[in-house]
Amino acid sequence: MSAEGDRYVLSRKDVSRLLEQLHQRGYTVLAPRVHEAALVYGEIRSVEELPSGWTDRQEGGTYRLERRSDDALFGYNVGPDSWKKYLFPAHEKLWTARRTAEGFEVEESRKTGPRYAFLGVRACEIAAMHIQDRVFGGPYADPGYQARRTGALIIAVQCGQAGNTCFCVSMKTGPRVTQGFDLSLTELLDGNDHRFLLEVGSERGAEIAESLHLPVAPPKDVRAAGELLDRTAAAMGRTLRTDDLHELLLGSPEHPHWEEIAQRCLSCTNCTLACPTCFCSTTEEVPELDGTKVERWRRWDSCFTLGFTQLGKSSVRRSGASRYRQWLTHKLASWQDQFGSSGCVGCGRCITWCPVGIDLTVEVPVLRTGARSKSSEGTAKP
Amino acid sequence: MASEGASPVPASSGTGGPKDPYVPVPYRVVENSSETPDTVTLTLHPVGGTRVPSFLPGQFNMFYAFGIGEAAISMSGDPHVVGRLVHTVRAVGKVTTALTRLRPGDVAGIRGPYGHGWPLEVARGRDVVIVAGGLGLAPLRPLVYQILRNRDHFGRVEIVYGARTPSDLLYYGEIQEWRKRSDLRFQVTVDSADRSWYGDVGVVTSRLPDARFDPSRAIAFVCGPEIMMKFTAQALEARGLSDEAIWLSMERNMKCAFAQCGHCQFGPHFICRDGPVLPYTRIRRLMALREV
Ligand SMILES: Cc1cc2nc3c(=O)[nH]c(=O)nc-3n(C[C@H](O)[C@H](O)[C@H](O)COP(=O)(O)OP(=O)(O)OC[C@H]3O[C@@H](n4cnc5c(N)ncnc54)[C@H](O)[C@@H]3O)c2cc1C
Ligand code: SF4
Ligand code: SF4
Repeated sequence: MSAEGDRYVLSRKDVSRLLEQLHQRGYTVLAPRVHEAALVYGEIRSVEELPSGWTDRQEGGTYRLERRSDDALFGYNVGPDSWKKYLFPAHEKLWTARRTAEGFEVEESRKTGPRYAFLGVRACEIAAMHIQDRVFGGPYADPGYQARRTGALIIAVQCGQAGNTCFCVSMKTGPRVTQGFDLSLTELLDGNDHRFLLEVGSERGAEIAESLHLPVAPPKDVRAAGELLDRTAAAMGRTLRTDDLHELLLGSPEHPHWEEIAQRCLSCTNCTLACPTCFCSTTEEVPELDGTKVERWRRWDSCFTLGFTQLGKSSVRRSGASRYRQWLTHKLASWQDQFGSSGCVGCGRCITWCPVGIDLTVEVPVLRTGARSKSSEGTAKP
Repeated sequence: MASEGASPVPASSGTGGPKDPYVPVPYRVVENSSETPDTVTLTLHPVGGTRVPSFLPGQFNMFYAFGIGEAAISMSGDPHVVGRLVHTVRAVGKVTTALTRLRPGDVAGIRGPYGHGWPLEVARGRDVVIVAGGLGLAPLRPLVYQILRNRDHFGRVEIVYGARTPSDLLYYGEIQEWRKRSDLRFQVTVDSADRSWYGDVGVVTSRLPDARFDPSRAIAFVCGPEIMMKFTAQALEARGLSDEAIWLSMERNMKCAFAQCGHCQFGPHFICRDGPVLPYTRIRRLMALREV
């Protein structure tokens, strides 16, 4: 019998057997694939669809796919999208209402969710799911999110390298996956022996692991996996000091640096769409032409849009500075008051996918300059 | 986040119906009475015998016009009258215009109640000052009913209501009745009026210096445009009221009404869930900032 914490060796060719087991159990298997020059999550039917031998090079405002010297399956970090797009879809039908003799009746659209298996979930992404669990839980729990989330099988991948825009170590969300997974894989590439350390994280995972009849992992593989993660942790591309973020952000609403950032920020909303924890949405009414039927949809929204805070004929946050301030202050500070944790997991997506390369790990330290001494000498500079 | 305000009633407790919190419950309009040229008060009954959830003064519903959309609308009726809902709506845009045009027999949707209302328990034994600006009287009317029903639980009750012009005054007949009462002082003021108006002219804050209450034991409930609430809070503080005794009902854009859409955030507060009624002491710093 397999149990939580058990470790096995999964050879490179066993990965297709793992996929088979998932498909047999009725899971839709979702994993990173090469799509339009980026690694994007999508459905895979076979192991050949995984980005074998690819890696990503990330910087503020830059993302490039490159060839690796080996044929690693998971030799890269996170791409432009996140698992959020499955658990909290960008566009989702909530209900349909039809005119009746008695007025109208409403049919709920979100009673069941598909069974997803997420393959290749990183530590920061599991942390992001735990954050969204709190947003979409509680007395008004979102039934669509809950159904998809409880149904989803999480097959984590331990990061064998750190991206240039990663700072999960600072945010204490990675790189090591320690909880919230069913199975986890550490890719071991030493010599010609391409294999994975497979770790069981739940009963559901144990059942799948057992069906694969794998050899128990030798201590040297367990050690190699541990050392790999230590190297990743030591190679983080970015760092962020976090101990003072709550007071810093809440104490700096009038810092001149907000205006300076606003000169660069395009209010394009990319950062909020790419972020795996951003949860803002709007609803829209889609009526049928004859007026007898109407659908209500929910769509991702962003605090960077002017209409987001419309009140009467105007909006509350009209300036770009106030919108960037809202985003960062929420993410790093007021999120703590609302949900008991930071809203940032250090995945670096907002840095990589910002068209002008605005980097919160660079902006925050500037806020520290003169935050307390209400800058008497005018504009603060790093 | 804990609030000291009156606690919310979960939406599901009353309707016992749908589990998806976004799904509205059909209600039939039984009356549409005109208050002002752009504002009506609607009375609604649930279609098909669903129980109307009880609510606390200051709470609101999401009110849905079929095929058009939803708007946050406060309860404006008497919380003790069961089996019906009363809402006062001003036509300012797409949804509210459709809602004001509902006729008796028409069916609309309701989900709620949401948010924290006026903390009436805290007001027991104290003087009560109610300050309303414009449509701000609507969410305060259920509170007035509640206070009048238990009048001996409170000290002096002083109400100041300001509107732009005499024709913008809500609940006209009812206010005339309240003004006749000896256990309540109800002052009405308008920003501007022609000669046919024989009442006060001036902003609501101009009525506060001589409002009768004991600042050491009074509590104030304020609803109106944000700028009016800010000046009112300052005027009440000038009268010696502490900021902990001043409660404001905030307004922000809202889509879900249960702290998931993100729109109504005001600093750490979700106005829909932690408010709309909040103590001034918790938001005064935010209110002093621009574009929060
Ligand atoms: C807690 C609360 C209680 C309210 N109680 C009442 C009430 O009792 N009676 C009443 O008439 N109105 C009330 N309002 C205001 C009412 O919700 C808005 O007037 C309404 O949403 C405007 O929608 P619209 O489609 O008619 O206007 P449009 O101008 O077409 O609206 C465009 C968008 O802006 C948003 N919006 C615009 N103005 C407001 C606003 N003032 N508040 C929130 N969102 C806004 C709407 O969500 C909409 O998405 C209340 C608002 C809140 C937040
Ligand atoms: S704020 Fe940026 S780094 Fe933090 S979780 Fe969101 S996208 Fe990732
Ligand atoms: S910070 Fe960058 S990604 Fe975010 S809205 Fe501004 S320009 Fe777009």
